[in-house]
Amino acid sequence: MILKKIVFNVNGVAAVRGFSDYVKRDLQLAYRSLGDTVAPLIFFTMVCTLVPLGLSPDTQRLSEVAPSMLWIMALLSTLLSIERIFIHDYEDGSLEQLLIAPQLIEIPILGKIVAHWLVTGLPLTLMSPLLGLMLSLPGSAYPALLLSLAIGTAYLSAVGAVGASLTVSLGRGGLLLPLLVVPLYMPIIIFGTATVTFAVDAMQWLGPLAAMGAMLCAAIALCPLAAAAALRFSSI
Amino acid sequence: MPNDYLISVNDLCFERDSLKLFGDVSLCLSAGEILLLEGPNGCGKTTLLRLLTTLLKPTSGNVYYCGELLDKVRYQYLADMLYIGHQSAIKLALSAEENLTWMAASEGLHEPQMVRDALQRMGLGRVYDLPCHQLSAGQMRRVALSRLALSRCRLWLLDEPLAALDAEGIELIKSCVRKHLDRQGAVILVSHQDLAAGPMRKYDLKENCF
Amino acid sequence: MAMGSTKWQWFYRLGSPRWFYEISGRWLPWLVCATIILLGVGLFWGLALAPPDARQGHSFRIIYLHVPASLLALAGYYIMAVTGAVGLIWRIKMSFMLMKSAAPIGAALTFMALFTGAVWGKPSWGTYWVWDARITSMLILLFLYLGVLALQRAFTSVEAGYRASAILALVGTVNIPIIYKSVDWWHTLHQPATLKLTSASSIHTDMLEPLVVMVCGFYVFYVLALCLFTRSEIVQQESATAWVKALATSESRT
Repeated sequence: MILKKIVFNVNGVAAVRGFSDYVKRDLQLAYRSLGDTVAPLIFFTMVCTLVPLGLSPDTQRLSEVAPSMLWIMALLSTLLSIERIFIHDYEDGSLEQLLIAPQLIEIPILGKIVAHWLVTGLPLTLMSPLLGLMLSLPGSAYPALLLSLAIGTAYLSAVGAVGASLTVSLGRGGLLLPLLVVPLYMPIIIFGTATVTFAVDAMQWLGPLAAMGAMLCAAIALCPLAAAAALRFSSI
Repeated sequence: MPNDYLISVNDLCFERDSLKLFGDVSLCLSAGEILLLEGPNGCGKTTLLRLLTTLLKPTSGNVYYCGELLDKVRYQYLADMLYIGHQSAIKLALSAEENLTWMAASEGLHEPQMVRDALQRMGLGRVYDLPCHQLSAGQMRRVALSRLALSRCRLWLLDEPLAALDAEGIELIKSCVRKHLDRQGAVILVSHQDLAAGPMRKYDLKENCF
Repeated sequence: MAMGSTKWQWFYRLGSPRWFYEISGRWLPWLVCATIILLGVGLFWGLALAPPDARQGHSFRIIYLHVPASLLALAGYYIMAVTGAVGLIWRIKMSFMLMKSAAPIGAALTFMALFTGAVWGKPSWGTYWVWDARITSMLILLFLYLGVLALQRAFTSVEAGYRASAILALVGTVNIPIIYKSVDWWHTLHQPATLKLTSASSIHTDMLEPLVVMVCGFYVFYVLALCLFTRSEIVQQESATAWVKALATSESRT
């Protein structure tokens, strides 16, 4: 009985502590390797520059494709950085220490997902109006763009973490990872671009945004479980 | 199962892709003892150690902690167990002090002074605030092992702790282990070097005997 | 584990690759016969006897391949996910072997569904490819299959590959309804005005009966293919065991 109580306490206290600690630690690590951290943002800007070069500088045509282009580029930039969520921890052995920590490892994993969103998804979202301006996105679409990207990139981080956990022990997993997660990303890109397009067309855009919110909730609940299972089963 | 052992292992078997790595490993360890796992390369010493960390699951057989089945007391066991493997779990971007603070926090130790003292004892007093990528391999190893200077876990599982250490470093580790044994701790060790720091038992994984 | 209790004995016996190999060896002739008869009857009935469609003429006959392939492509993904889940939960290797074998068959069927759809599309819509909701979903299903296939083969440790791809298959299963619904919704947004799918989907019974035979035939064929793939996987993975070695020597002697 006493032992059970101890187990419960250890578990409970450590579980709550784990979340904020891992967020803080990953933010600190991202800050220390700033070059790696801002690379996806620079990539985002650069590939957005490709659109007018490849399509045409005509504002009319640009504004037509701007919602989908911004979304696709945001997805690609997230894809570029999603591997980092576990790979360094795997290489230096932190991951095995996490797996044998006396706590539910789903909580730290959620912390790592949140930290990943804070260093990639959130900056991408904040930068998107600037790029929207360059792609002559109509003014009415900016709230929808910001909100949909904020929710959508969080979803990308959560689902991407599952893919990253599956491929972390492969080493060359960087090549495989997009293959696994891009099909899973397809629904979110449908709703994301729809949200922005609706806003451009002055239609009610809360519907698709709500669908994205629902998907994000499900992802937050399920993805840490799947990622934890993947790490336990296949990373060692 | 006998209750007076800290940890006991019963007929442990491990297969990887239907290839038997070792079988019928039975061993036990009381508080205050060191157990050295011996055997030629590739006989599964590291694997056995990782089985004891619960990172790997045995194909068959049981591990008991304080007489209880490991699966039943898993969290308690993990809280009492310290594992230092080949990979040091050190973040190169962080300083020695930051790294050790993080490791200590994972054991529930939060006093900054303890961390400083531990680094001082391990001879890292002058480099504690440098980012770890500036340290040498031996110094990095010392940072990882400075966990031993502050850990309060009862069971230490150490995989080649002495690799890359100089004579002074080895002495430091020995003194840590001695203190640990005095506190009724126990150590299970894989090492090709001698770590004569107390009553040591040896288990040969090739012959499956002490 | 509760190996001793008789209630679960059949379950664990089910998990023995050797048992599966022997029992499936006895099924094989029957499965082959059933497949040939069902597919033969279905194809002859569908391609030769059934009346041509009023609007599409003879080109509609490709549904006798297209519909069963699409059905089984989707069902195959769920079979893969369920066997993967059983393998993960009860740690049954046999179940993982079934999962691994289900992946290439399912991918091939998905590809077949897409290919027959494209061939059918040319005479009925005038183009090989349209971004129709069902076609797009099928394409995404193919991507999901390819992901599982790639992951299975990426690991050096066979068991790690089993477990990782089982988890991926489960994640995909959760996503399939979301993908289907969202693609459906996306399609209603961008409905091209000129293209209409075969609107009146009520199919004549003369055409339906051979289709039912074909669907049954495809199911039996799927089981047959699954057995064959799994048997080869068993022999590969268990090649170190005594019974497979005995099997190999007895086969080389005859």
